[in-house]
Amino acid sequence: MALIAFYILSTIVVLSALFVVAARNPVHSVLWLILAFFTSAGLLVLIGAEFLAMLLVVVYVGAVAVLFLFVVMMLDIDFTELKQGFQNYLVVGVLVALALLAEIGIVAAAATFGGGAQFNASPGAATNAEALSQVLYTDYLLLFQMSGIVLLVAMMGAIVLTLRSRPSVKRQNIAEQTGRKRKDAVELKDVRPGQGI
Amino acid sequence: MAGLELTLGHYLAVSAALFTIGVFGIFVNRKNIIVILMSIELILLSVNINLVAFSVFNGTIIGQVFAMLVLTVAAAEAAVGLAILVVYFRNRGEIAVEDVNVLHG
Repeated sequence: MALIAFYILSTIVVLSALFVVAARNPVHSVLWLILAFFTSAGLLVLIGAEFLAMLLVVVYVGAVAVLFLFVVMMLDIDFTELKQGFQNYLVVGVLVALALLAEIGIVAAAATFGGGAQFNASPGAATNAEALSQVLYTDYLLLFQMSGIVLLVAMMGAIVLTLRSRPSVKRQNIAEQTGRKRKDAVELKDVRPGQGI
Repeated sequence: MAGLELTLGHYLAVSAALFTIGVFGIFVNRKNIIVILMSIELILLSVNINLVAFSVFNGTIIGQVFAMLVLTVAAAEAAVGLAILVVYFRNRGEIAVEDVNVLHG
């Protein structure tokens, strides 16, 4: 039963990944990418790694794919021009991909992996999230905090890169407004009759 | 019953296929940097599946911790990459990566 679900999900994952690469419109690519992320989360649920599966949905689908969608829709790009090299690189790409797959297959066939058919996603705990949290905040606390720093630096980098000050836009300066005195604003002029200022 | 159960090899095969498709995507979409970034996300996804599969089928939790770190780095990479892309588009008005040779001198 699990094997049937695995075959269905893995077929969807591989096909949608192919469509990500081959789609003519990048918006469609992003939508196929979202499908690939969802189905691979399903693959992880199948072997009991529920926490990582939910994290995949939240981070990949909720953040990364939506970010891609925003950027693709925000930038006004002529995508037909970008697609033109596709035919030229197709042969080389297929050859490289086949060579890579053959290499991975040879290595995987030669290696012997430990672990049998029975899987255990939460060793030493009742649930998967519990097993993860037992080590994440104790043994791997440094890695956890370092990944927080990585995210912080990435956030600051993205803000610094995209922030721009536009001098043509008029903004309200409250300090300047409230610091205005009478002598800066009002000036008395003695206008004589028959003459301008 | 051998052959009728879910094994580590099944997951490694899916992961290898995803990785290959990601590299293939980088090769065929040389001009479109958005699809190149998406291909990198596919490669990182295959790495995640690999880590989790090894972790689960060996009964150790460490692989899943590392999968979380890969996920973090993937999110950070996507954010910074797309920010660079937005800035580049603002300056040049197009995103053809083959023309990126401003630093070439």
